Amino acid sequence: MTPQMAIFLVLAAVAIAGAINLILQRHPVHSALSLVVVMAALAGLYLLLDAEFVAAIQIIVYAGAIMVLFVFVIMLLNAGVEERTNVSLVARYAGIPLAVVLLLGLTYRVARASAPLVAQPTPEGATRQLSLLLFGNFAFPFELTSILILIGMVGALILAKRGE
Amino acid sequence: MVPISYYLVLSAVLFGLGVVGFVFKRNIITIFMAIELMLNAVNLAFVAFSRALGQLQGQVFVFFVIVVAAAEAAVGLGIVILIARNRHSLNVERVNLLKL
Repeated sequence: MTPQMAIFLVLAAVAIAGAINLILQRHPVHSALSLVVVMAALAGLYLLLDAEFVAAIQIIVYAGAIMVLFVFVIMLLNAGVEERTNVSLVARYAGIPLAVVLLLGLTYRVARASAPLVAQPTPEGATRQLSLLLFGNFAFPFELTSILILIGMVGALILAKRGE
Repeated sequence: MVPISYYLVLSAVLFGLGVVGFVFKRNIITIFMAIELMLNAVNLAFVAFSRALGQLQGQVFVFFVIVVAAAEAAVGLGIVILIARNRHSLNVERVNLLKL
């Protein structure tokens, strides 16, 4: 087993364990911390895939900014333990088997369909190439995202404002 | 070298777990986190395909997905605060105005 394979297996196990823990935990803060673990593991996987820039923004934007926003809202609303509600009979007896079928089916299709894919060598200076793409070919969408962020900010302010 | 299909399988598993969390959880904030988990799984698939094809466009798309996720989190959590203020509960079962 190559070192890369060992690192991949460890990070993949951490990511899946974090995702399962997100579902099993009943307190939102615990779920949020599991999601941070998943994101950190994914950042390591991006490094393994030679995507340094994506790994950096994964940590800074996702694990840093977005998850802090989540934890902030959980604290602000003083969210407690999730309450159990009575679910319908269909949901109780068909829910878990359907979830297992979905997981296995999705995994099987992807594993079958992507058999011949081999990793190509990464271009030299990948982050530089990425910035050239981002500010060259994708300059217009890039500028549009700034407008999107602006609209999101204004929308969040309007929504959270206490009505008169 | 790790085969690219391993990353895609991991991405599919994470996406499936995100769907399971989205369907099973009752707390609206946790449902939101399940959506973020699905977006992360898709990002992993994007980066893996970008590596498999030896091109960087996939990573540009990951950048855009992260930007949209940030905007979505801001607006969505604003809506969550509104729901919590009006319903005094974060349970989605209590938000049933449109339910027949």
